[in-house]
Amino acid sequence: MSGSLSPTAEAPAPEATRQASTLPRLLSGVPEHGAMTLREHLAVHGPAPAPRAGGRRRGRDQAEDLIEEIARAGLLGRGGAGFPTATKMRAVASARGRAIVVANGAEGEPASLKDHTLLEMLPHLVLDGAALAAEAVGADEVIIGACEFAGASVDGVQIAIEEREAHAGSSRGAPRMRLVIVPGHYVAGQESALVNYLGGGPAKPTFTPPLPFEAGVKRRPTLVNNIETLAHIALIARHGASWFRQLGTPSQPGSALVTLSGPVVHPGVYEIEQGASLASLIEAGGGATARLRGALLGGYAGTWIGAEHLRGVALSNEHLAPHGATLGAGVVLLLSEHACPVAETARVARWLANQSTRQCGPCVHGLDALADTIAAVAAGAGGAKAAQRIERLASLTARRGACGHPDGAVNLLLSAQETFNAEFADHARHGACEACAREPELPLPHRPVSEDTLRRRGSRS
Amino acid sequence: MCAELLPERITLDEWGYPLIDGSPLEGEQVEHAVRAAQACPTFALLIERDRGRARSR
Repeated sequence: MSGSLSPTAEAPAPEATRQASTLPRLLSGVPEHGAMTLREHLAVHGPAPAPRAGGRRRGRDQAEDLIEEIARAGLLGRGGAGFPTATKMRAVASARGRAIVVANGAEGEPASLKDHTLLEMLPHLVLDGAALAAEAVGADEVIIGACEFAGASVDGVQIAIEEREAHAGSSRGAPRMRLVIVPGHYVAGQESALVNYLGGGPAKPTFTPPLPFEAGVKRRPTLVNNIETLAHIALIARHGASWFRQLGTPSQPGSALVTLSGPVVHPGVYEIEQGASLASLIEAGGGATARLRGALLGGYAGTWIGAEHLRGVALSNEHLAPHGATLGAGVVLLLSEHACPVAETARVARWLANQSTRQCGPCVHGLDALADTIAAVAAGAGGAKAAQRIERLASLTARRGACGHPDGAVNLLLSAQETFNAEFADHARHGACEACAREPELPLPHRPVSEDTLRRRGSRS
Repeated sequence: MCAELLPERITLDEWGYPLIDGSPLEGEQVEHAVRAAQACPTFALLIERDRGRARSR
């Protein structure tokens, strides 16, 4: 399913986007179906500034200017961690050796579609951002990683790269771009796993240091940026930092893509102002189709907010901090009152355990034991001490892996147990409820971490 | 193995993976810590020098 986009995303005039402190930004002029062509992209956004226009020396300065402009814009990475993009770029730019830029479109999060959607529908915005970032950090090569299960985004990128190669002038002095199809399991998009895969290894996280900025793909300094991050760079380069800051909050400026799913009329990808209210997002999605039991923010490494606390929630870190939540990679997943949160959590727990790349013992055994315990609770066979057992297993599992997968999984499971405390206690005492047998609501793709998936595959270039 | 060589600082979880107390090592514990680290088949233990003192992590 491809995201239905912001209802305000009907093709605006190019002038309107240029001065706009309004939405949409990234989703300006998005076509009804299919990808925006290079011609349409240029009509909406105009050409990207060409840093090398005034010769190499001046070009270099302008490229560094872009990093400073991104710093002034306060752009934070949109892959979930929210690291300052300019800091990352400076580190790569000053590392020794010829740099590489990796556009991370793995998006293994089951409830996130924004990066797949950008690559499918607006590939040129992403490629502009990648080319500008490459220029800024001194890279001559861009690798776009697209998920093996997102066929339309793979095609979107492939066609866009061909269009740019055919477009005389636009390819002169531009970095070489190639598409690599990456495995679709949950942690494949983790930075070190992606770098490992692109370097010919399996798509499993590696221990750091070294971090990708010093020794990444082919041991070269590597800038790994999320797809949406690069799209924002394309617009910051055109319109500047103060334009970017006309939306959002001081600490989280700009707009953001959010994937809204669950019981709403139009689930899909929406562009919101950072800090917008949850209510306005649900309204943009046509409204809820059921009473809500809660909302999961940040996906399957994220945090639940119970229905009683949803009123007045704003989608910014400052507002979400008291709830222990963040928007992560922009995931808002609503759960209807018809669903059983215990049965849903048990399913997700088993899925998360199966997504372990089986490198670190505590992750393999800890997540497995957590999934077993929660399944037992859901079936009423957890025993009186199941809640303590879950907390003990959580403390044995978190922060003991090479990557953040066990930490994220534990965060979600503890949050579910806390938020749906009454339902967990009820199941522990009385076993399965009527809702347990209902069709599950939380999306879980069948993406097994098989050796076949993990093994290096051929790349398309 | 490591838990037997440095039981003051290393215990095992229910699956046999080490749980390490990362506070600074005292005097003769350093020697035992080095032996425990060397005995690890996966080189998973690291002893860090910290302002002239060593500690396990």
